[in-house]
Amino acid sequence: MTRFSSPRMHDTSLNLVRRIAPALAHRLLQAVLVALLVGTLCFFMTRMLPGDMAYRIAAGRYGYDMVTTAAAEAVRLELGLDRPWPAALVEWWSRLLQFDLGVSQVTAQPVAMEIAWQLGPTVRLSLMAMGLSLLIGPTLGVLAGLKPGGVLDRFTLAISTVLRALPSFLLGLVLVLLFSVKLGVLPAAGHDDHGSIMLPALTLALGMAAVSCRVARDAMVQVRGSAYFAFALTKGLSLRHALLRHGLRNVAAPVVAYLGVQLVYLVEGVVLVETIFAWPGIGHALVHAIFGRDVPMIQGTALVLGLMFVLFNALVDAACAFIDPRRRP
Amino acid sequence: MSRSSEVSRRRRSVLAATVTAASLLPWRGASADDRAGPHAHAFTAAGKDVLTVVGPWEMTGLDPSRAGYMFQRMEVVETLLDVSNRGRLQPRLATSWQVSDDGLRWRFRLRGNRRFHDGSEITPENVLMCLRRAHARPGVLRLADIRALSAEGGDIVIALNRPFAPLPYLLTHFSVQILAPASFDAKGNVVRIVGSGPFRIVSISMPQQFDVERFDGYGGLAVPGQVRRARYISVARAETRTLLVQSGQAELAFSLDPPSIRALRTSPKAVLVTQMLPRTTFLKLNSGHPILADVRVRRAISLCVERQGIARALLRDADLGASQLFPPSMSGWHDPALAPLRTDPAAARRLLADAGWLPGPDGIRYKNGQRLALSLTTFVDRPELPLIAAALQEEMRQIGIAVRVVIGNSSDIPAGHRSGNLQLGLVARNFGNLPDPVATLLQDFGIEGGDWGAMGWRNAEVPATLARLAAATQADPAPDAAARARVAAVLQAELPVIPVVWYRQVCAASRRIAGVSIDPFERSYRISQLQWT
Repeated sequence: MTRFSSPRMHDTSLNLVRRIAPALAHRLLQAVLVALLVGTLCFFMTRMLPGDMAYRIAAGRYGYDMVTTAAAEAVRLELGLDRPWPAALVEWWSRLLQFDLGVSQVTAQPVAMEIAWQLGPTVRLSLMAMGLSLLIGPTLGVLAGLKPGGVLDRFTLAISTVLRALPSFLLGLVLVLLFSVKLGVLPAAGHDDHGSIMLPALTLALGMAAVSCRVARDAMVQVRGSAYFAFALTKGLSLRHALLRHGLRNVAAPVVAYLGVQLVYLVEGVVLVETIFAWPGIGHALVHAIFGRDVPMIQGTALVLGLMFVLFNALVDAACAFIDPRRRP
Repeated sequence: MSRSSEVSRRRRSVLAATVTAASLLPWRGASADDRAGPHAHAFTAAGKDVLTVVGPWEMTGLDPSRAGYMFQRMEVVETLLDVSNRGRLQPRLATSWQVSDDGLRWRFRLRGNRRFHDGSEITPENVLMCLRRAHARPGVLRLADIRALSAEGGDIVIALNRPFAPLPYLLTHFSVQILAPASFDAKGNVVRIVGSGPFRIVSISMPQQFDVERFDGYGGLAVPGQVRRARYISVARAETRTLLVQSGQAELAFSLDPPSIRALRTSPKAVLVTQMLPRTTFLKLNSGHPILADVRVRRAISLCVERQGIARALLRDADLGASQLFPPSMSGWHDPALAPLRTDPAAARRLLADAGWLPGPDGIRYKNGQRLALSLTTFVDRPELPLIAAALQEEMRQIGIAVRVVIGNSSDIPAGHRSGNLQLGLVARNFGNLPDPVATLLQDFGIEGGDWGAMGWRNAEVPATLARLAAATQADPAPDAAARARVAAVLQAELPVIPVVWYRQVCAASRRIAGVSIDPFERSYRISQLQWT
């Protein structure tokens, strides 16, 4: 730690704030723009979907055996769906300014409350998936990169290709068959049983690790061929020491940077994986909200997913800056 | 040098500790938020004393009109009356009921000394409040023309403007469940579920899961089962529900798709339990549409449908081919003497030719330059519907009808009915929604047709007979079985809807439980009857 940031340790905290303030302001502006854009786009996209909203909401609320014209008309009256769309959009914007996400049209609960319920599981799942993928992918990648063309390298290449090509719902089912049905060591789905986070997290993690493994492997190959690594070995360091002192940090930079790209995969994967594993998170809520044309819920969940994306990206940037001093502001 | 190696060793051990901690964290976290005590052990032990039920239904709210059926099925809430397997009325919170000779005044006597889960007594006033609440919202109570709801002595009195014989059946519906006053907030919204059934709510995690435990103060019928705690989990995908049973994590799984059923047949952990339900998959036709107004076209479509083939190939059960609208389980309405619907593509082609539709160069029929093309709307809420729609599309193509399949949401059917744009709709209608089918049939085949029934169909006899059945009083008793048979026969001849397949509910039950049975009216999972093996 001391060596990584030694020249900057003497900075006063004021200097630090002055340096990172523009970056923070930039991110904050980005977050506000994402919020407005995502919410507005969702608004128009839901309006453009086929089908009568009142009927859709009635079906979401009362189920397919109970959806009738009478129920739909009652919904239309209750929610004022006949209002012209600009009025509805302006109302949503003005509510957003007051940090009010509105009320779900299907469950009649405040959207903010529902999201607060669902955000925890989603964040836990995403962090767990990211942690597992970093544990699996780069570790194997570095080992493979130490001996390019070796058995491990070819093996990880094959496995990575297969894992990345498999859609996450199929991978999820295969994992359930293996770990729950055959071995009986992990719960197949749900969220309350001990260890039930493992399979959904592993499903997401394997897809991400498949790529980060190759990124780490390529970075390792590059480091291995670099002059500074050769010098470290020449000056008498063992391979292990050379790797720990001079290799890992250089490998880490592209892996962490690539994590930013993988967030897209993660957010997309969360939506699917949560539904397969009955994980009560935001992705699952988003899917159901779309079926039920629950506009406030769609806007709210998409907004939070968008903001999560901004936040994680900011964290990735910070991590990159931490690893690579040349990138620091 | 020595300092540096000291630092790096320290750094490595910190790193190692972090990795170890990170891998342990989720496990610790899970046990920390685990509210259900037994689940703190290994997951395989989770089900030892907690019975887990999985189904596709999500809690869309606590209000009885929304997820009320889920709390009814888990035996948390009760209704005034209940029904037997054969659809006969049974006492529940009400012990007896009677109707005045003119059929306008119904009196329901409450069972005394019954208590809600919070210990408060079930009074006529509580019951009345729930009935008034249900009546104020769109739902089944609107089917009866109710003039007033009141409490007299220990009785609930319902006064009607017109006689309505199926009224007691409306009181069995989940949306008319009786909740304790503590369930409501000051505005009358349901904020918690305090019922009176043999199980009470322990915790609810909207929208996916709730836990219940046996209510020891239950004063209703005897509870023979051993289950003390149970849990419902909503699992959207049929594959996942199947895997939950196969892995021993769940004891009961409902709404399984045909591939899962096949996989479960050989499972060492589960058995399949089946039951015919009064649900029929049929084609709803817009008989007001210029093409479909001709009964010959409707008959031709019916003649091209390979019912047994669809039932065998898609539902894996050839017996489910619908030879008439009402399945055999609807005693009193199913008529074994009725000539069954046939499959005869040659006859179908002849009928279309008689109606003036002649084959064109592309194999599709034309009349006066108009192509015989229709759109078929269906929805994904029931997984078999899109598959059946694809089969019907091909069968109709073979007799020269071009069909475009539109797969959407269940609400597209009533919306299309209202707008008049629907041409063909493939739907699965639950005639057991109310255990007396008359109430449902009146909605479907009334003078104006119905959201889930006839559309643009001109017929006076069926609506009149159904109205007579509904308005029967003691002074003017219901017409005999012949009238019901007549309804079935007219529907068979005129085909305002074309029956395709009946429905059999299949439930996967773990071998760790015994005494599983399926309620044909889907009102209860009957967990109070189950024993651990």
